[in-house]
Amino acid sequence: MSAIVQFENVGLRYGLDSETLSDVSFSLAGGGFYFLTGASGAGKTSLLKLLYLAQRPSRGVIRLFGEDVVTLPRKRLPGFRRRIGVVFQDFRLVPHLSVYDNIALPLRVAGMQEADIDAPVSEMLNWVGLGDRGQARPATLSGGEQQRVAIARAVIGRPEILVADEPTGNVDADMARRLLTLFEALNRLGTTIVVATHDLPLIAQVSGAQMMKLDKGRLSDPTGSLRYPPKPQVNG
Amino acid sequence: MTSASRMSDRRAAAAARHRLLPEGRVAGPMPWIIAIMMFLTVLAAATGLSLGAAVEAMGADLAGRATVQIVEANAEQRDRLSAIVAQTLRKDGTVRAVRPVAAAALADQIRPWLGQDAASGDLPIPALIDIELTPGQTPDQIGAKVERLRHQLNAVSPKIRIEPHAAFLAPLAGLLSALGWLAAGIVLLMTLATGAVVVLAARAAHDSHRSTIDVLHLMGATDVQIARLFQRRIGLDALFGGVLGFTVALLVIVLLGTRLLATGSELLSAIHLPWTNWAILAALPVGGVLLATLAARWTVLRSLGRLL
Repeated sequence: MSAIVQFENVGLRYGLDSETLSDVSFSLAGGGFYFLTGASGAGKTSLLKLLYLAQRPSRGVIRLFGEDVVTLPRKRLPGFRRRIGVVFQDFRLVPHLSVYDNIALPLRVAGMQEADIDAPVSEMLNWVGLGDRGQARPATLSGGEQQRVAIARAVIGRPEILVADEPTGNVDADMARRLLTLFEALNRLGTTIVVATHDLPLIAQVSGAQMMKLDKGRLSDPTGSLRYPPKPQVNG
Repeated sequence: MTSASRMSDRRAAAAARHRLLPEGRVAGPMPWIIAIMMFLTVLAAATGLSLGAAVEAMGADLAGRATVQIVEANAEQRDRLSAIVAQTLRKDGTVRAVRPVAAAALADQIRPWLGQDAASGDLPIPALIDIELTPGQTPDQIGAKVERLRHQLNAVSPKIRIEPHAAFLAPLAGLLSALGWLAAGIVLLMTLATGAVVVLAARAAHDSHRSTIDVLHLMGATDVQIARLFQRRIGLDALFGGVLGFTVALLVIVLLGTRLLATGSELLSAIHLPWTNWAILAALPVGGVLLATLAARWTVLRSLGRLL
């Protein structure tokens, strides 16, 4: 499989502070399932921000879909962003929009005809088990339900890469397992999945997934190859 | 897809886009500020335009008029000179009308200042002849014509004087003209202030909807897509404020016009608004909405340009 994401000696510094990320190099194959782990403050969210183009690095090269996005003109970034789905740690649902409209947002941004929106949104609502909550406002939903709306919104545009920042941080173990099943289903459809989490038992549940570990802003594998395969699931 | 279903799809898409920013069109001070701005702008513009029209009408009316005075104390001599002057002027091709002012009419005009003695004949009062020159000439040509008549009449008697009416009213016309320019300056300042208010409102709206914008941005919305949401909202606010301000200003203008006419003053009734000027006033709210929309678009695009 060809590399869909490549980071080469990437560094990120906020203002005059010391580097949040230093010399980060790795590549992700298209269709892979990746976990990004590390302690709080290790730089997981910063790395994901670089990945979903919310931030430019202070140095280094980032290639997405084969193109250098660091030097890419600003006006071309929206086209790249539409190919990436993001599940934010804090969900970032639009509070005044219904669940239905929140999920439909990426399709509307992409300019899809209104008549073509209903079927995929309804399908997605059923997929995340919220078929009867389409007209509800996000504030009336539980944390787990909001999480599922955020996931539905991230995947409805059939992104080539799905980036999720601590997607199971606010849900119970059962819900975490169900969310992971959603990601696996999406991965089987060809989407590259990148999940930042410090929930190691969760990582162990996905066979074939690879793991990157960040430690104080550096990948603990300096060679750039992903040498942290998930441990086999331990039963009992 | 049929044209009807395309239309319905477009409407549904527009409705969905409009939901992206919370509704509440006439919430916040901006529509009311724009209404006040528009009210003052329309009043200032109406003042400037009507004063301009008054100066123009006054100039057209008075430019070709003059009064010939025969300043002769001896009544017989004065009458004889008056007859000669009237005859001379009637023969002149550049003079369209010659109207000797009747002694009784003259006495009526000065009676408020000089009392009943004005008509007794003991007081030497100059004889006056109003003349009207042929129309369609420039002020310079009229001035040259008056100068020629002055020489011609001085040759008859040095006691004959000619005064063009434009000279009497030149200071007033100058004042009206200056007030007109002042009004134009106020319109310009109000336009700039309206633009500034819209820029501030657009910035505030951009800041208060920052989280929604960030989400849209990260989903791949272009700057123009996001700016359109704001320009529509601010355009609607400006439309509301513009129509309200314009309507109230219109009522005030009509009321003031009625009052001016009621004075019966020839001078004040020269202040009027031709229909072309009404069209200019009606264009102001349209211009206001355009200005607000463009200012909002520019502000939001600039703010978004600072993001990645």
